[in-house]
Amino acid sequence: MNLLKTPLHKTHIESGARMVPFAGWDMPVQYSGILDEVKAVRTNCGLFDVSHMGRLDIHGAHATDFLNKTLSVDVIKLRPNRARYGVICNAAGGIIDDCIVYKFDPEHFLLVPNASNKNSVIDWLNQHVSNAEVTITDITDQQAMIALQGPNSIKALNSQVSNDISNLKMFNFTQDSIDGVEVMIARTGYTGEDGVELFVPKSKAPKIWETFARNGAKPCGLGSRDLLRIEAGLLLHGNDMDITINPFEAGLDKFVNLDKDDYIPGPALRIICSNVPDKKLLALYISGNRVARPGYSLIYKNKEVGHITSGTYSPTLDRNIALGYVQTALIDNYTNLKCDIRGQITDLEVTGLPFYSRNI
Amino acid sequence: MIPAEFKYSEEHEWINSKDIDEIIIGITDFAADTLGDIVFVELPSIGTEVKQFEKFGEIESVKAVSDLFSPISGTIIKRNENLVPKPELVNQDAYGDGWLITISPTDLKEIDGLMSSKDYNKFTES
Repeated sequence: MNLLKTPLHKTHIESGARMVPFAGWDMPVQYSGILDEVKAVRTNCGLFDVSHMGRLDIHGAHATDFLNKTLSVDVIKLRPNRARYGVICNAAGGIIDDCIVYKFDPEHFLLVPNASNKNSVIDWLNQHVSNAEVTITDITDQQAMIALQGPNSIKALNSQVSNDISNLKMFNFTQDSIDGVEVMIARTGYTGEDGVELFVPKSKAPKIWETFARNGAKPCGLGSRDLLRIEAGLLLHGNDMDITINPFEAGLDKFVNLDKDDYIPGPALRIICSNVPDKKLLALYISGNRVARPGYSLIYKNKEVGHITSGTYSPTLDRNIALGYVQTALIDNYTNLKCDIRGQITDLEVTGLPFYSRNI
Repeated sequence: MIPAEFKYSEEHEWINSKDIDEIIIGITDFAADTLGDIVFVELPSIGTEVKQFEKFGEIESVKAVSDLFSPISGTIIKRNENLVPKPELVNQDAYGDGWLITISPTDLKEIDGLMSSKDYNKFTES
């Protein structure tokens, strides 16, 4: 199979990054090492190539109405130059993907879905474009997307741009230039740290990447990105949610607005949310030294009642953490919940998300 | 460079049989590097008997968990207790401070069936 290459692919190869196939792309899984990269992001600044993420330009007179029908959030209330996290559900309320939507104006948005779900999202959106007043354009391969994440990321960015980005609020975005190149800067990320995601023309991406790397941002791979997002309690579609899970089971209630009239999954989700969810996503501290990995069973009174969907050793907390679903009908409480780690029945403690939050 | 005087298994373990009464066992740098950051090593207790090519423990990295297979049969004499607080020693010094166990071998002939450093290099390149 031919893997897709991001505009930074050559940079990764030349820097000796370890590459792996991910969602059809040849991506760096690690540069210096996962733990070293996690530490850099938690204490200083890390640099990620996230160009594999989808970028869909949504344009037209009915763009706002269209997105309000298909996204879980209300984009009417969203002000221009702001972004929101939301989910895209099918008519039954199953999660097709999660995404960030960026509003330029009421007729122009950018939607960023996961690389692995981009085509499903496009298919779903196309099914609901009822007229020519909305155009969906896949602009993924026209741009690179670079994330700069960590407590020193704004300082690192400010040395390269004309505006003071420390004034840019979380989930807001702006336009600026780096080395004379027009870029879009969003105060968003997937690590639980302060930081930005940059949308840059693909031909300029290597130069911008190298500028940040030379000035102290540590190049990072998907391995550390995954660990950082678990620590921050951010879900990964395909692991912690999928088409068989609804947003209430996944604990994403606050990203779902059920007051919108034409919201396609609205009728299904209103019924779902008035009942006790069948499944529930739990945040877990796992006892002992063994990591609870995806697929491991959750056990209650000797019965399997669920499974782990994400799990890792957390270097920031120095303990093992995991996410997993339980069938709510099968348990009365959490005190007797255990995890079967390759035959070893292991104690755990149910906690809340996020596992880690930065000091603000 | 991998130590020329060690012997190697297809499961990426090495043995140092300089002292034939107490053979030292570890995993290769190739294996450690492939696993990535190691966060936990589970080793058998002293006195445990292990058989050649059978599982004797587990090694866990951030990304994955792998079984450890003994290159030779014998009885565990020592385990590297330094790996409890510092499992990263396996990444930092796979052939030295990152050793796993020592073993009193039951059959020295088993060693002849293991790969030389030259053969192991070829094995990992293929």
